[in-house]
Amino acid sequence: MKTARQRTTVIAAACLVISAVACVLVLRHLDKIRPQATLEDALYISSPEMVKRASLGFDGLMACIYWTRTVQYFGHRHFDRAHTYNELAPLLEITTTLDPHLISAYQFGASFLAPKPPNGAGEPGRAIQLMEYGIEHNPDNWQLYYNLGFVYYTELKDFRNAAAVFERGSKVPNAHPFMKILAAQMAAHAGDFATARMLWGATYENAYEANIRQNAVEHLRAIRVDEDVTNLEAIVTQFGERTGRLPSSMSELVADQHWRGVPVDPDGNPYTLTAQGHVEVQNPDDFPFITKGTPPGHKPGPPKFHTKS
Amino acid sequence: MAAIEILGLEKTYMVGFWRKRPKRAVQPLHLTVEEGEIFGFLGPNGAGKTTTLKMLMGLVFPTSGTARILGREWTDPEIKAQIGFLPEQPYFYDYLTAHELLDYYGQLSGVPAKDRARRVGEVLQKVGLTDIRGVQLRKFSKGMLQRAGIAQAILHNPKLVFFDEPMSGLDPLGRREVRDLMEQLKQEGKTVFFSTHILSDAEALCDRVAIIHKGELRGVGAVEDLTSTVQGKVEVIWQGTQIPASMRALGAECHVTGDTVRAVLAENQQDAAIDALRRERIRLIAITPLRTSLEAYFVEKLQPSQTPSGRTVGTAV
Amino acid sequence: MSARIIHIARNTFREAVRDRVLYNLIAFALLLSGAAIFVGQISIDIERLVVINLGLTAVSLFGVVIAIFIGIGLVSKEIEKRTLYTVLSRPVRRWEFIVGKFFGLAGTLVVNAFFMAIGVFGALLYVAHKFAKPDALILVALYFIILEFLIICSLALLFSSFSSPLLSAVFAFSLFVIGSFADDLRGFAGLAHGVTRWFTTAAAYMVPNFSALNVISAVAHQQPISAQLILHNTLYALFYTATALSGAVLIFERRNLK
Repeated sequence: MKTARQRTTVIAAACLVISAVACVLVLRHLDKIRPQATLEDALYISSPEMVKRASLGFDGLMACIYWTRTVQYFGHRHFDRAHTYNELAPLLEITTTLDPHLISAYQFGASFLAPKPPNGAGEPGRAIQLMEYGIEHNPDNWQLYYNLGFVYYTELKDFRNAAAVFERGSKVPNAHPFMKILAAQMAAHAGDFATARMLWGATYENAYEANIRQNAVEHLRAIRVDEDVTNLEAIVTQFGERTGRLPSSMSELVADQHWRGVPVDPDGNPYTLTAQGHVEVQNPDDFPFITKGTPPGHKPGPPKFHTKS
Repeated sequence: MAAIEILGLEKTYMVGFWRKRPKRAVQPLHLTVEEGEIFGFLGPNGAGKTTTLKMLMGLVFPTSGTARILGREWTDPEIKAQIGFLPEQPYFYDYLTAHELLDYYGQLSGVPAKDRARRVGEVLQKVGLTDIRGVQLRKFSKGMLQRAGIAQAILHNPKLVFFDEPMSGLDPLGRREVRDLMEQLKQEGKTVFFSTHILSDAEALCDRVAIIHKGELRGVGAVEDLTSTVQGKVEVIWQGTQIPASMRALGAECHVTGDTVRAVLAENQQDAAIDALRRERIRLIAITPLRTSLEAYFVEKLQPSQTPSGRTVGTAV
Repeated sequence: MSARIIHIARNTFREAVRDRVLYNLIAFALLLSGAAIFVGQISIDIERLVVINLGLTAVSLFGVVIAIFIGIGLVSKEIEKRTLYTVLSRPVRRWEFIVGKFFGLAGTLVVNAFFMAIGVFGALLYVAHKFAKPDALILVALYFIILEFLIICSLALLFSSFSSPLLSAVFAFSLFVIGSFADDLRGFAGLAHGVTRWFTTAAAYMVPNFSALNVISAVAHQQPISAQLILHNTLYALFYTATALSGAVLIFERRNLK
């Protein structure tokens, strides 16, 4: 015969298990109902000073929390092919107000605040402000000068300012030697592929954050394609000048040039030659940042990253 | 029907910080208490009296064994409506007044609302707590708290009451009142089970007692029966201030008071004492058998004794 | 059975009141009036925002503090002071004791919140001079805050059933803080790998999700709250409370009261 105590134990244990399971199920449902809620919530205090005051001195921890939210915010929206990233600048500003030494945040800003949507927030001005703020608080960090110059170069095409910034950065103790080289390159050969490759290669090497590195990889691939297409089209033009007509196909060009095989893009797919003499890649969507080699009228699809997401 | 049947209740605690060692607070206990009697549960401090009571109340869970209270399993919650409990040095919700406290307890014991107020009044009268309306318990003296404790134990007219050290903290007058109260409860047909280490109270009140020491039951029975097993003493008073050597040889304790001597010796030496006095031509004034106290029995039972296995009991397992 | 629970609940409420817990309302009233007057004077068009944010945050914080400070002693104090013995020697089941205490504490907090709500609406009327229709949303926010209270009470009771008051306070308060960042905990879990991910995800589920229950900002900005959210939050709070209380009952049932 069960004592009252045993009965209570069994009932309470059953209640515990059932409630706990129900809890988890309801929670999952709740998560679905309010997926973006946090991030908008996070920005109701959008003034960095207010957030700092509200943190009651636990700035470091809050900076970590906001940094995590920033990365998540961008990741979610990027995945959803968003057209606006209105909260990105405030989130970064709050993060860096709370912790001015969070270098990753500046790198993130340089990579993703300046470019136009859907690859970024399209706010190069704020990106510059963020970098200058970072430099002010971390004057010995040459990478921040690099990031600033990067923004001038890639988005604003302001090579003079880029050169000036790289020059400033090269004077910082322990600056990477290429800062001086970049300064020089900006002045003379800003538009060169080699320069761009150097820049993006540097970003890739020095970035702490995975998203930034992936972004750099895509740009490097795009530079390669642009370079290939430029060179190929130059050869087509030469062919045209020599023979008075355009090559009928890529194979003809290959034979004419005595190449070993058809030229391929970074994915190994052969470039194609159009009747108008343009060189195109087979899968333009695989190269988000190319400026050449896309068929006319091609609309870029959703951004794709080629390393794991 | 027996009021209480304790069938092998045992409690072993695991003590120690890293490696826990078992410590037996109560060895398997077998005890029966009849209805309508006042039963004393005696033992020195730390003997296991409170632990036994707590096991019966369901506050502590026994390691093994069972018990029956008023014929039902001791874990039956409905039984609690029939029993009252006064814990040792009780402490109550001190933000309540005595009336509020008893009313609350009455609610929990299932006393119907229409009877509660009347009952509370009666019981407070019985324990001698008057003029305390509106006084919060935090302002009560120790004696008053003890009375309040008794009040809550008998509030719902239980058939069986358990008192743990009911006299503690009371002045002689208070103790007398509590004793009278317990007698009165017996008159009303209730069974009283109380634990104490004050033997004189037990002697005065109890029909039967049990003695427990270091968790082990050392003796059970009616008070007279127990005391009769212990050797009695006699008091011999004679004229003069001399103490014959033969008296001393009998192991008598002698005190000279004025012009008489008073000696106490074992009962079986009574005749030898009389002979000694006659030989010395000392005038005998009186011989009085001394009532053997429970104390003697108690002390005897508390000695470490040999068990049949030859091991000395009374040490921690 | 149910009558005993009600009696215990009423007694718990009475204890809280006599313990002068409700004096906190005075502090709250002072705080809110001060803020309302200050905001009314500087009149920079965010009066409503400040009063609602400040008022509701204060209701929430005051309530949680009270819940923790009373809750941690609900069981452990009774054991320490041995007031429990005379209660349990009556036909009261141990689980009835736990449930009764819970309702007593929850009731105290609801009453507290009720008076505070009057204060918030009063302050709002003072600065805005009239009520707008979206102000009814404040009631939803208050309802969610009460759900928060239920969860915190049940947790405090759970800890009180086996732990000392000091430790219970530490645990309960920690869970409150972590629970307020529950969404971020989810975020961390999303970024972690391997065993850490498993742990952080489990933690994210076990910790009470106060982020979901905190709609103060939304209400201050007069955003509507979906009925779905209200339903799910209610269910969540009920189930979470039930889990914690079942735990408390299980622990208390087997406790030896030395």
